[in-house]
Amino acid sequence: MLHITRLKTILVLASVVLAILLALPNALPAAWQATIAGYTIARPITLGLDLQGGSNVLMEVDRADLRNQLLLQMTGDIRGALREAKIGYKGINRSENGVTVRISEPADLERAAVELEKLRQPVDPGSLFSTGVVVNLFDLDQQEQQFHFTFSEAGLDGKVARAITQSLRIVESRINALGTTEPVIQQQGKDRIAIQLPGIQDPDRVKDVIGRTAKLTFQLLCDDQPTGPGQNPPQECLSLPLQEDAKQQLWVQTSSRATVDGADLNDAQPGFDQNNQPVVTFRFNQKGAVRFGKLTADNVGKPFAIVLDQIVVSYPRINEPILGGTGQISGNFTTEQTNDLAIVLRSGALPAKLTIVEERTVGPSLGSDSIRAGVVASIIGLIGVMIYMLLPYGLFGIFANLALIANLIMLLAIMSVFGFTLTLPGIAGIVLTLGMAVDSNVLIYERVREEWRHGRTAYNAIETGFKAALATVLDSNITTLIAAVVLFGVGSGPIRGFAITLAIGIFTTMFTAFTVTQFIVAVWVRQTRPKEVPL
Amino acid sequence: MKWKPIRFIPDDTKISFMKISRFGFFLSGILCALSILIFATVGLNYGVDFKGGTVITIRTDGPANLDDLRSTLGGLGLGDVELQEFGGPSDVLIRIEAQAGGEQAEQAAVSKVKQALGPKVEYRSVEVVGPKVSEELTQEAIVAVVFSMLLVLVYVWFRFEWQFAFGAIFSLLHDVILSIGLFALIGLEFNLSIIAAILTIIGYSLNDTVVVFDRIREFLRKYKQMPLADLIDFSINSVLPRTMLTSVSTMIALISLYIFGGEVIRGFTFAMIWGVVVGTYSSIFIASPVLIILGTKRDWSASVAKARVQAQV
Repeated sequence: MLHITRLKTILVLASVVLAILLALPNALPAAWQATIAGYTIARPITLGLDLQGGSNVLMEVDRADLRNQLLLQMTGDIRGALREAKIGYKGINRSENGVTVRISEPADLERAAVELEKLRQPVDPGSLFSTGVVVNLFDLDQQEQQFHFTFSEAGLDGKVARAITQSLRIVESRINALGTTEPVIQQQGKDRIAIQLPGIQDPDRVKDVIGRTAKLTFQLLCDDQPTGPGQNPPQECLSLPLQEDAKQQLWVQTSSRATVDGADLNDAQPGFDQNNQPVVTFRFNQKGAVRFGKLTADNVGKPFAIVLDQIVVSYPRINEPILGGTGQISGNFTTEQTNDLAIVLRSGALPAKLTIVEERTVGPSLGSDSIRAGVVASIIGLIGVMIYMLLPYGLFGIFANLALIANLIMLLAIMSVFGFTLTLPGIAGIVLTLGMAVDSNVLIYERVREEWRHGRTAYNAIETGFKAALATVLDSNITTLIAAVVLFGVGSGPIRGFAITLAIGIFTTMFTAFTVTQFIVAVWVRQTRPKEVPL
Repeated sequence: MKWKPIRFIPDDTKISFMKISRFGFFLSGILCALSILIFATVGLNYGVDFKGGTVITIRTDGPANLDDLRSTLGGLGLGDVELQEFGGPSDVLIRIEAQAGGEQAEQAAVSKVKQALGPKVEYRSVEVVGPKVSEELTQEAIVAVVFSMLLVLVYVWFRFEWQFAFGAIFSLLHDVILSIGLFALIGLEFNLSIIAAILTIIGYSLNDTVVVFDRIREFLRKYKQMPLADLIDFSINSVLPRTMLTSVSTMIALISLYIFGGEVIRGFTFAMIWGVVVGTYSSIFIASPVLIILGTKRDWSASVAKARVQAQV
C-alpha cells in the first residue's frame, strides 16, 4: 500500500493538476472566464439565483378556469349545432360538471342525438399514457328529452396537458420578447411551469406580462344597455366592466356571429395615433381579416367593444367597413403598457389562466452579500480547521491540510466543469464538508497510531492503519451520502444545491484521503525511512 | 522539526460510559418528554414554506423605524404582519400571514406592501408561497425525514445486525425529537432549510454511530469472552479521540459559518450546530447502550470477514 508505482504518482499528480486547472476560472476576472470557456471546457461555477439575484416563479394552469372556458365554448357549440340542424330546444343549463340541454319535440330526439354526438370533442389524452387511444372530453347520456354532457376526467387531463404545452411556448416567447437574459422555462409536474429569471430588475412587470391571459375579442354591443348597476343582461349577452371605470358595465353580444376572435392576429406593434397617444396596432391573418371585414361591413354605424381579458378596453363606433385587416387599440395607455400589450398579443392568448403558486425573488445586492459572507465563512472555517489539525498531528496534520486543500479544489473543479449550481445552502455544504473532511484523515491517523502503540514497526503501522481504516471511512461516509441523496430527491432549488455540494464533497473527501494523503505519506515514508510514527 | 503532539483525549482513557449511560438514558428520556410537550403546547414556528404566506426583506434608507413601518403595513388589512430587524439596523424582515383568498390574494398582498412602502426602499428578497405549494412542501418534508430514517435502518441492518439498526434508529429519533423540541422552545423559524439541517443531522449522527459500531463489531470478534458492557466501553474509549476531533473540527467550520455566513442561513447553521452536539452525545449514550438492552450475537467471525471483503471490493 505504501509502495508507489510511477503510474500512481502520475495519476495522483495529474488529477490534482487537472482539478486546479478546472477550478482556476473561478479566480479569474469575468472577461478571461468567457475567453477560456470559449476554447476549453473550463468555466466558472454556475451561481444559483439566491447568489446572483433573480426570480423563481412557479405557475399553475388554473383548472377551474379551463373548465369554465370549455363549458362556455360547449354551450355555444350546442346552440349553434341545434340551430343549424333546426332542432328546437328548451333551455341550456351549465353546471360545474357539464351542460344539459332539453330538446322540445320528441320527434327530433333521434336527429338531436346524432348532432350532439358529434360535439363530444376527441382529445389526445396527453403524453403520459399516449397509446393512440383517443378519449372524448365529454361523456354524453340521454334521459328522455334531456341530454347531459359531463366532463370525462381523462379528457380534461388531456386538455390540461395541451394547455400546459401551449402555455409553455407562449410564456417562452413573451419572456424572450422582454429581453430577459438566460431564462430557464420548464414544465414541472402535470400542470405547472417553473420559470427562472436571473438578475431581472423589475420582476413585477415580467410576472404581469407572463401571467396575462391576453384573450382579445371584438364583440358587438347589445341593443339594450344597463341603466343601473346589478342588472342581469338579456340572453346571449354578457356583462363586462369598462377599463376606465370598473364599476361601469357594458353588455356585449356573445354569439359567434357577433364576435371576432383575436387569436387570428398576425402581428401587433406598439405605436402612436394621430393625437400622439400610445396605441397598439394589429394586423389580422387572412381568416381574421375576412371575418373582421364582414362584421364591420354588416354593422356600420354601430359601436363594438374591444375586449381584453374580459374587460372592455374601448368601444369605438364602426365608421366604415374595415377591410384591410388592420386596426388599432387605444385606451389611455402608457408606452410601456402598449409595448407589453403588443408582446402578449403577438404571443397569442394563454389557453387558461396561469396562477403564481410560488415565487422567490432575491435582489442582486442580497445575492452578492451572501457570496461575500459565504466566502469569508469558508476561508475562516478552513483556517480554523487547518490550525486545529496541526495541534494533535503536527507533520501529519500538514499532510491532512494539503489533502484538505486538494479536496476543496476538486470540489470546486467538479462543480464548475459539470455545471452544478452553487447556492447559499450549497456554500454551507462546502463549509460542512471542510469540517467533516478531516474525519477520514482522523480515522486513518488514529488507526495508524493505535497500530503503532500496539508494537508494530512504523512502516507496518502506517500500512495497516490505512488498510484497516478504509472500511470505516466507507461506512461512515455512505451514511452522509444517504442523507444527501434523500435531500436531493425532495429538495428544490437552494436545498438541492446543498445536497449536491454535500454529495460531491463526500466523494472528493474519500478520494483525497486515499490518494492524496496516502501518496504524501508514502513519499514521506520513502524519503525519511522513519523509525517511529510522529503521531 | 520535533513536534510535541497535543492529545485532546489522553491515551488509555477509561470512562465507564455504560455506567453513565443509565443516567444518560434517564436524562434523555426527560428531555425527549419535555420536547414532545413543548412541541405539543408551544408548537413550531413554521415559516412560509409550510404555512404559506409572504416574507419580504427590505433595506431602508438609513436606520429603519420599525414602529412607523408597522403602522404603515398594519393598516393594509393583510391580517397578521410581523416585522423584525434582520442582520442590521436598516434591514427589516416583513412576514405576512397566508391570505384567505388563495394564490391571487398572496400576489395582491405583495403589491399592496410595495405600494405602501413606496419606491425608496430596496427589496432584498421576496418569497411568496401559496397554500397548495406549502401543503405539498409539508408532505414532502415529512416523507423525506421518514424515508431517510427507513433507508438508514435498512443500511445499518444490512451492514451490521438488527440490534445495531435499532440502536441507530433510537439515537436518530432521539436527535430529531430533541432538535424539534429546542426549535419549538426558542421559536426558530422552521422552514425547508431546517428540514435540510435535520436530514444532515441524521447523516452526521449516524456517521458517528457507525464508527462506534464498527469498532464494537471488531472487538466482538477479537475479545469473545469480554462482557458486553466492558467491550462497548472499551470500544467507545478507543474511538473517543476520533469522535472528539471530528466533532470539534465540524463545529469550528459551523461556528465560522454561523458568525460570518450571513443572516440568511443563520437558522440553518444553528440547527446543524445543535445537531452535531446531540448527534455526538447520542451515538455514545443512546445507540450503544441499546445494544446491551437488546443483546447481540457474539460470534462474528464469518459475517465480519464477509463485510470486510465487500467493503474492499
